[in-house]
Amino acid sequence: MFIRLLLALALLPGLTTPAAAQGAAASAPQEIVKAITEVASSDAAVQEAAAVALGKTGDRKLLPLLEALREGSVYVRTLPGGKKETVIVGDKVNEGDKTLVPIFTAYDREPIQGPDGKPLLADLSKLEEVSTGRSLRLVLRPLIDAFSGQSQLTDPDWTVRQAAAVKLGNAGDPGALPTLTEALAKEKDRWVRYALEEAIALVQLRAGSPPERVIAATRLGALGSGDALDRLREVAVAADTSPALKEAAAAAVKRIERWSLLTQGIQVGFQGVSLSSILLLMALGLAIIFGLMGVINMAHGELMALGAYTTYVTQGWFQGHAPGAFEYYFLIALPLSFLVAGAAGFVLERGVIRFLYGRPLETLLLTWGISLMIQQGLRLWFGAANVDVISPKWLSGGVPVMVGIQLPYNRLFIIGLATVAVCGMYLLLFKTDAGLRVRAVTQNRGMAACLGVRSRRVDALTFALGAGLAGIAGCALTQIGNVGPELGQNYIVDSFMVVVTGGVGKLLGTILAALGIGGLNKIIEPSFGAVFGKVAILVVVILFIQRRPSGLFAAKGRYADS
Amino acid sequence: MRTRERWAFLATAVLLVVVLPALNALPQGSPLRVSNFTLNLFGKFLTYAILALGLDLIWGYTGVLSLGHGVFFGLGAYAMGMHLMLEIGAKGVYQNVLPDFMVWNRVTELPLFWKPFGSALVTLVAVVVVPGMVALVFGFLTFRSRIRGVYFSIITQALALCAWLTFNRNAMNLGGTNGLSGFKTMFGFPLNEPATQRGLYVVTALCLCGAYLLCRWIVRTPAGKVLVAIRDSETRVLFCGYSPAAFKLFVFTVSACLAGVAGALYVGQVGIITPARIGVLPSIEMIIWVAVGGRGTLIGPIVGAFGVNWLQSLLTTHYPDLWILVLGGLFVSVVLFFPDGVVGTAQKLMARFGGAPRPAPVPQMAPPHSASVSEGKREEVAP
Repeated sequence: MFIRLLLALALLPGLTTPAAAQGAAASAPQEIVKAITEVASSDAAVQEAAAVALGKTGDRKLLPLLEALREGSVYVRTLPGGKKETVIVGDKVNEGDKTLVPIFTAYDREPIQGPDGKPLLADLSKLEEVSTGRSLRLVLRPLIDAFSGQSQLTDPDWTVRQAAAVKLGNAGDPGALPTLTEALAKEKDRWVRYALEEAIALVQLRAGSPPERVIAATRLGALGSGDALDRLREVAVAADTSPALKEAAAAAVKRIERWSLLTQGIQVGFQGVSLSSILLLMALGLAIIFGLMGVINMAHGELMALGAYTTYVTQGWFQGHAPGAFEYYFLIALPLSFLVAGAAGFVLERGVIRFLYGRPLETLLLTWGISLMIQQGLRLWFGAANVDVISPKWLSGGVPVMVGIQLPYNRLFIIGLATVAVCGMYLLLFKTDAGLRVRAVTQNRGMAACLGVRSRRVDALTFALGAGLAGIAGCALTQIGNVGPELGQNYIVDSFMVVVTGGVGKLLGTILAALGIGGLNKIIEPSFGAVFGKVAILVVVILFIQRRPSGLFAAKGRYADS
Repeated sequence: MRTRERWAFLATAVLLVVVLPALNALPQGSPLRVSNFTLNLFGKFLTYAILALGLDLIWGYTGVLSLGHGVFFGLGAYAMGMHLMLEIGAKGVYQNVLPDFMVWNRVTELPLFWKPFGSALVTLVAVVVVPGMVALVFGFLTFRSRIRGVYFSIITQALALCAWLTFNRNAMNLGGTNGLSGFKTMFGFPLNEPATQRGLYVVTALCLCGAYLLCRWIVRTPAGKVLVAIRDSETRVLFCGYSPAAFKLFVFTVSACLAGVAGALYVGQVGIITPARIGVLPSIEMIIWVAVGGRGTLIGPIVGAFGVNWLQSLLTTHYPDLWILVLGGLFVSVVLFFPDGVVGTAQKLMARFGGAPRPAPVPQMAPPHSASVSEGKREEVAP
């Protein structure tokens, strides 16, 4: 990741500072300059030969010229000295009765500058159009494809190389075979090698000799190639297939199917874990508040939305004031979301909730009212539509771990965040004095107060902490979901289910319940749909509470509750 | 009933059942005439009042906060709506015996669960029985395992969410997001006739009176006393040898049946039922009607249902953005400043200054499990 960043930085100047146009054209090797001139020839045979010659060079800077040739936007202009130059023209601009076009060099498509240093606009009627015949176009097509594939196969970014290999494989053009083999020999990255091998096998399966096809089919099976599945199925039933190939293809299909079942299972598991992480971040705060004060905080979802909107605002600020550091906005937004939501929680507790201790149902209604007001406030301030939060580059993309499985960075990040939060919470609750006080008040408020614990202060700070955790959950959520005023509502019922199942104020119970409910959701969803997933979870939770009315881990001891 | 109360009840009943429809029947242009629109609006509020009465029974008297009553309201409404859909017959847009949305969804045969609703009698029974049965099963499972307090509220809220999600699905053959609408007749009477609407209004008003009398009877019986006892200390009731679960189950079912009846009457007057009326938000909005009016009194929910909804229709027409804020504010201010609601506060004031009727017992929620020992301060803030 870091290396990619460095590379991007190194490449940046080359992309942004326009090199002197004339100089760039002059820097082209002699044979290319010759071919560029010949491509503009009126003789079709000379043109085609020149195009092929250009293609053979493999010089990436020639790609714009070939594409322009196909589109018919290549012209010849006459320089003041009478010398002719091949140029590419841009979009037309009408000025009076003249049609003007910006012109670019044939090599690397740099804008040609006039004496005043501004891009030169040429009169279209004074330029000579280079005709592109049908046969030339036919020659150009594979050239351009191979060109783009080839140039991408040597790209420094491995994702680009991988995508190019996949594209070439799916196109199945035998002409690309030498390129692919050559790239494979040089390639070091495991995943690009895989894509290259897959592409070679795919091309051979399509266009190879009969024995080659059999080998290719077996190879695809061994690779567990998901992309090849449809093609192999076709081959296995096609009329013109030899028995040996049929057998090989059928075996390969079976092998791939088995493999994909496994990868799908792992994929679902991973999604379940990442959903659980969000639920866990939400439920952790809820559970601690509930355990400590017996308060169900209906506004918890809105505190989460506050965190998400804080991230949105931070991102906007970075865009406007510090675009250079934009990639790192998320690192600022994370603690900021915690602070904003935590402060809101603190105000909420000090302002209203503390007047209602001992009346949980009233608190529930009160916090619901507050959640409505926050929601509508967000709607009036930011608009009812979802807002766009752009992920920083280092959170987009993913890391491939197995064939057919790529773990997205953003979800990995969220899982990591939840793990850190849980560990932090554990340390705070069980290894610090403050945590000791929280546990004391949770167990027996009156006794703790008698022993000198300032239970009111513990309440307020715990509430703020729980709210802050919700803020972090909201901030994390911006990376994988939509951010809108109703954001909190979508997760609140699920996180209550987690609290109810996990038991009150029990860290381990909350974790297990979050994992269980998140996982169950993702397991049921693909086969029965999201709706029945939710319904099934409600049923499971209700049945579960039949057996264990106070959650997974009930408080030990005998006490009557009222 | 004491004489004074009897006269008050009779006067209100006559006003609602006789006077308002009679004024509506006056010829157009007469100064005293109540417009069709107003009568329709009142009819809608009356259905809400029926529902609020049931809700008060379970929350105000028994102390069980259900956040899923929209589901029972919706079940009654959908039961009636399905019958009305079938009554349209081939007069729909597609000239098909099937409801229009089914034609649209390429359903060729009437789903099995729709068939019984072709009969008016079955529908009338289903309006009460379906919500009742759902409440019975759901309540049995939850009360039996001693789910109470906020746990119960949360579970019922999840029920509302699930019902909303389910009814939204086209595959359920209940009209999806658009719900059921476009009704033409109700038991043969054309629904767009003012006379039918007036009749429907009278039926609704009579149902409200009946519901009031039923609830009044329930809370006056010894069983009603047990309900209040459960509210004040469930554990003590249990130790006295009663089964709180059975009482709660009974009252939960009754209140669900009332909600179903309210829903059925609602559909005829409003002409449409969509999943939007049964979700989490409408279910919890119903709570605020009871809270504003005054829980633990029987007049309170009726006053609250009228007041809050009247305010809503006023605000949503003039300041649509403001309504949600006001609603949130209502929740906050009622809980913080007027826990007894309008009626409860009025009764208290009357008791203080007029010495007239004794105030109804102030609803007092059982403290949470862990708050058995309280700090000195709590006594002041939670009277």
